[in-house]
Amino acid sequence: MSRLVVKNLSKVFSIGFLARRNVEAVKNISFEVKEKEIISLVGESGSGKSTTAKMLLRLIHPTSGKIVFEGKDIWNDIKTNQELKEFRRSLHAVFQDPFASFNPFYPVERTMWQAFRLMDKEYSKNEALEFIKDSLVKVGLDPKDILGKYPHQISGGQKQRIMIARCWLLKPKFIIADEPTSMIDASSRGGIIKLLLKLREEQGTSIMFITHDLGLAYYVSDRILVMKEGRIVEDGNPDDVVLNPQHEYTKILVGSIPKLYRKLEDI
Amino acid sequence: MSESLVKIENIRAYYKLKNREVKAVDNVSFEIMENEIIGVVGESGCGKSTLSNVLLNNIIKPLTIVGGRVLFKSNGEYVEISSLTREEVRERFWGKEMSLIPQSAMNALMPTIKLSKYVEHLAQSHGIPKNELLKKARKRFEDVDLDPRWLNRYPFELSGGMRQRAVIAIATLLNPQLLIADEPTSALDVVNRKVFLKILLEMKRQGIVKSIIFVTHDIATIRQIVDRMLVMYAGKIMEISPVDKIVEKPLNPYTEGLLNSVLTPEPEIKKRGITTIPGTPPNLIEPPSGCRFHPRCPKAMSVCKEKEPKLVEIEPQRKVACFLYSEERA
Repeated sequence: MSRLVVKNLSKVFSIGFLARRNVEAVKNISFEVKEKEIISLVGESGSGKSTTAKMLLRLIHPTSGKIVFEGKDIWNDIKTNQELKEFRRSLHAVFQDPFASFNPFYPVERTMWQAFRLMDKEYSKNEALEFIKDSLVKVGLDPKDILGKYPHQISGGQKQRIMIARCWLLKPKFIIADEPTSMIDASSRGGIIKLLLKLREEQGTSIMFITHDLGLAYYVSDRILVMKEGRIVEDGNPDDVVLNPQHEYTKILVGSIPKLYRKLEDI
Repeated sequence: MSESLVKIENIRAYYKLKNREVKAVDNVSFEIMENEIIGVVGESGCGKSTLSNVLLNNIIKPLTIVGGRVLFKSNGEYVEISSLTREEVRERFWGKEMSLIPQSAMNALMPTIKLSKYVEHLAQSHGIPKNELLKKARKRFEDVDLDPRWLNRYPFELSGGMRQRAVIAIATLLNPQLLIADEPTSALDVVNRKVFLKILLEMKRQGIVKSIIFVTHDIATIRQIVDRMLVMYAGKIMEISPVDKIVEKPLNPYTEGLLNSVLTPEPEIKKRGITTIPGTPPNLIEPPSGCRFHPRCPKAMSVCKEKEPKLVEIEPQRKVACFLYSEERA
C-alpha cells in the first residue's frame, strides 16, 4: 500500500507589490511512496524541492493537486486539532540546519520534551525522562553528555542526532529529511545516514530525502526523483538514474559530479 | 626532472594567544614542484588554511611563525620568504610570483566596486600602465568565458560562478608561478565546479600559472586534477603520495577513514559502504601525545600514544607518518 500519494501537485507564488508576477515553483508533479521505502528528491537550488517538502509537511497550501497520506487528504480531511496532532506525529521532519532547530536559550532536551505534547498518552515526568534517555542511546549519544547542555555546547553532528532521537520518541511513519547532512562534517555524515537507515529497518519508516547531493541519493535510496524547474524530469531506481540517465538534465548533472574512482574525461 | 618551486622546511606556525598557543601548523615539511598541482585535504580545523597563509607569508597576529622556513624560487634563486616582512613579500611576490583565490572568492569582491577598478589597482601597485593591463584583462576574461564588457560592471550584477571566474582571471593577470586556491569550489554548484576545474587546468596548460596548490576538504574534486595529494590532520602531515596511489590504496588509517566517508554516485561506493571516523578532531592548544590521530585511530597501538611517527618515504614518492609502516614499531 502506498503511504503517501501525491497527485498533480502545483504551487504558484505570486510575488511583487505593484507589478504582480507569478512564479510556478512546482508544476504538476505526481508520485507515490510505499511503506518502508526511501526515495530522494534531487535537484539544484530553486528546483522546487523544498517547496514540495513544505507542502507535504502541511506548512504551505498547494495551489492545486492532492496530497494523500495514509488514506487521508492532508488539506481536506484533517479538521480537528486531534487529527492534526496525529498527522504531525506520523509525518516528521529533519531539517538542514541543526543550529536553527534549537532555541539557544533553553537546554537541548527541551526539543525532546516538546515531542511529548504530540502524544496521546500522558507520561509522568520520570517515565518521559526514561524515554528520552533511551532514544538518545539509540542514536549513539550518551545522555550524560546531552541532558542539561545548551545548544552552543554541543556539535552540529550531535544536534542532528538529537533531531533523529526525536524520531525515535515519536516513531513517525514518514520522515522528510531536508538536506540532513549538508551542514555537518563529512566524517560524521555516515553516522547520521546509518541512523536513518536503522530507523527504517526497525520501525518500517518511509523516508524522503530532499537533497542536491546525488552521491547521497544514490547511496541510500530505493528510488530517485530528479527535479528541475518545478518538474520531475526523471524517476527511477538509483542505478538506472545514475549509471544510465535518460533526461538531458540528469546526464549533465551526473556528468559534472566529481567521482572518486574515475576521472572526469572532458576537463 | 623538474625542480621544486617552493620548499617548506619544518614550518611551525602557531596562533599565539594571551597564555595559550594554538599549534595550527606544527613541523610541516614538503615541496611544491614546478609544473605540479598538489592538493591539500583534511577536516575543518586541521590547519590547511593556515598553511596557505604561511605560503603567502600572510602572517597577521596572533599567527606567528615559530620555526622553520619557506623558500620560494624566484628568477632561479631560492628566496627565504619567511624571513621577510609581510609588506616586503606583498610588494615583491603577491600577484607576480604567487596569487591566492580565497575561500569565499565569490564574496571577496566588494559589490559596489567595478571590476575594472581591481585591475587598475593591480596595475598601480606594480607600476604597470593601466591601459596595458586592462587590455590584458579583457583578453583574460575571454579566456575564462566571460564577456569582456563585464569588466565595466559591478560584482553584484554577476552570478556566483561568474564572480568566481572573474576572481581567477584577475588573480592570474600577472602570470604568477604559484596559484594558491583555498576551498575555491565549496560555494559553487556541481556544474560550475566542473567549469572552474577546467579553467584551472587550462591555465596550467597554457603556462599562465606554473604550479597550483589546491586546499579543500572535498577529495572527489581534487582527485580530478591534482598530481599529488597531501593529507593533513591536526597540524601535521599524515601522508603525501601521488593521487592515484592514495585512492587505490591509502596507507595512513586517517587517509583511509577520509576516503571511506566520501559519497559519490559510483557503484564502488555502494559496494564498500560508508564509514565514519569516530570522535572529533583534537583541540590544537593541547594536542594528543604521540601520533595526533591515535585517540580516533582504529589501528592504534601502544607506541602511537608515546612516540610521534616521522614522515618517511616507504615507496618511491610515497611518504607516510604512521607506525604501521615504520621499523620502530616495537
